[in-house]
Amino acid sequence: MLLFATRRFGLALLILIVAVTAMFLMIRAVPGDPVQIMLGPRATPELQARLTAELALDQPIWKQLLIFYGNLMQGDLGIDVFSGRSVTEIVFQQLPHTLWLILSSITWSAALGIALGAYAAAHPNTLIDRVTAAISVSFVAAPAFVVALLSLLIFAVNLQWFPAIGAGEGFWGRLNHLVLPAFAIGLSWVGYIARLVRASMLEVMGESHIRTARAFGINERRVVMVYALRIAILPVVTVIGVGMGFLLSSAVFAEIVFARPGLGKLVIDSITTRNYPIVMGSVLISTGLFVVSTALADLINAWLDPRARTAI
Amino acid sequence: MTDTLLEIDRLSVDYETARGDLKALRDISFDIRKGEIVGIVGESGCGKSTLISSILRLTAPNTRFRQGEVRFKGQDLLQLPERKMRDLRGADISIVFQDPMQTHNPVLSIGQQMLDIQHRSKASKAEKRARAAQMLGAVGIPDPEARLDQFPHEFSGGMRQRIAIAMALMSEPDLLIADEPTTALDATLEVQIIERLQELQQEFNCAILFISHHLGVIAELCDRVVVMYAGAVVESGEVREIFHDPKHPYTRRLIDCDPGHIKERARVLPTIPGEVPDLANLPGGCIFRDRCDLATARCVEVPPLAKLKEGHHAACWLNHKEAAE
Repeated sequence: MLLFATRRFGLALLILIVAVTAMFLMIRAVPGDPVQIMLGPRATPELQARLTAELALDQPIWKQLLIFYGNLMQGDLGIDVFSGRSVTEIVFQQLPHTLWLILSSITWSAALGIALGAYAAAHPNTLIDRVTAAISVSFVAAPAFVVALLSLLIFAVNLQWFPAIGAGEGFWGRLNHLVLPAFAIGLSWVGYIARLVRASMLEVMGESHIRTARAFGINERRVVMVYALRIAILPVVTVIGVGMGFLLSSAVFAEIVFARPGLGKLVIDSITTRNYPIVMGSVLISTGLFVVSTALADLINAWLDPRARTAI
Repeated sequence: MTDTLLEIDRLSVDYETARGDLKALRDISFDIRKGEIVGIVGESGCGKSTLISSILRLTAPNTRFRQGEVRFKGQDLLQLPERKMRDLRGADISIVFQDPMQTHNPVLSIGQQMLDIQHRSKASKAEKRARAAQMLGAVGIPDPEARLDQFPHEFSGGMRQRIAIAMALMSEPDLLIADEPTTALDATLEVQIIERLQELQQEFNCAILFISHHLGVIAELCDRVVVMYAGAVVESGEVREIFHDPKHPYTRRLIDCDPGHIKERARVLPTIPGEVPDLANLPGGCIFRDRCDLATARCVEVPPLAKLKEGHHAACWLNHKEAAE
């Protein structure tokens, strides 16, 4: 298990390096002189030359890359052009908001989706199964930004159950502000996970080892919850791990609609003001988040399924 | 009758399908006495699996019990409430399934699974574990204590089947059902498993219902044999009787087709021409009539399973001059 974890995170690091290098090169390939954009059209040539040297833009591209990685090792993602503050500091200030949003969304939707799917699989082709199917499919079909706008309108404006905008203060305030955005992002995942668990569960319930467990008189609840669900859950873990990328992009919608601070809002704001160091920093952190979450998903799978431990 | 353990009495089972009722078992009757090994032999699709899942009542949802009883120690299992039935499974009646590669849960350790099936025992976890290790030792798994922590995929097929046997015998059941336990294994392993089963049967003194299409294994292991064809019993009796003096043409052909029985080098292996009849659309009369080269006009009527002598029954009109009735 330890060996598997080491190897898996080694692979994650490799993926991260490739992704970050590609991103670095892509940003450099964008036409236009970054210095001119940053300083504006009325900057003096001396000022331009100084900034170019500071950002090492006069160096060959491989040297720029080395400098970039050198800074990255020290946790330095560059300097915000407008405020002069460290990008690392700005990004890490926003990161917890997004992280909480994503984690709470996936937690409630996975819990509900797994329960619904397992229940539907245990009672196939009954009325409850059909109702669950209809609800699931309509949940999947609802885009996060539509759900976000509608829930804002209904629960925050009309019913006034939850606050409409911001991140809130204190634990309960933050939690209260989290409800609507987490609902909006998680809703389609409930349906998706429920369908996935149902299909996977039905397949596992048909396997011979389930018949063996029953033939030994093990009670049906344990057969479903331990013998079948532990296997049926494996594809769900993988999907959630990969789904972190989608969640990050739906978080952008939710953060804009609910005017929440967070990585998504930071990226959008920085793109409109062409604040490239911040865009770069945020994207880099998001990439890191994605790579780590897929590695974690593999690790959880390996913990659940001994057969997966020998892979890689 | 006091030493009868299991009685199958005129059991008929259908599967409801879109094509109509599939008559999987028709009028099956036989019994198993305490400590006896009874073999069931027949080709694929003859209803062997339906029979054992009916005994354990682990049937598919479209199964319909049309008539008959399955009496275990005098109690009709088909009438038992599910809770009572579950108390029997893995306690009084155990089963070893066909495919050892699929029979264990792949994500739980062998030890965990062997602990789980002792759910009725009041013993402590350590005691249950010791019992599991002892059973693994009894079926010849070396270093059982350490191997309890391993997962099914870390064992070979032969070992997994021996583990399945260990699990089935752990509760010291009165009846062990073995559903083609050696079919998925190669010949040398088959001999090992059979020998192990024989030893364990002596030790635990349980009755075994042994299902196989391998006649050699049946002859080696069993006291009595039930020959099934297309969902019906065509012949039953003592092993010596059946193999030396088969009274049903199907049994005779089955023995002729057994590769272990063929002495001369043949270009073409013998087969039984024709196909098993469609169980959803049964022809009238004797079910073997279409494939039987001895069929007569009388075969349009269904022959009864008649007693020919003590411990030998067959369902064929050809025996009716010598039949004792």
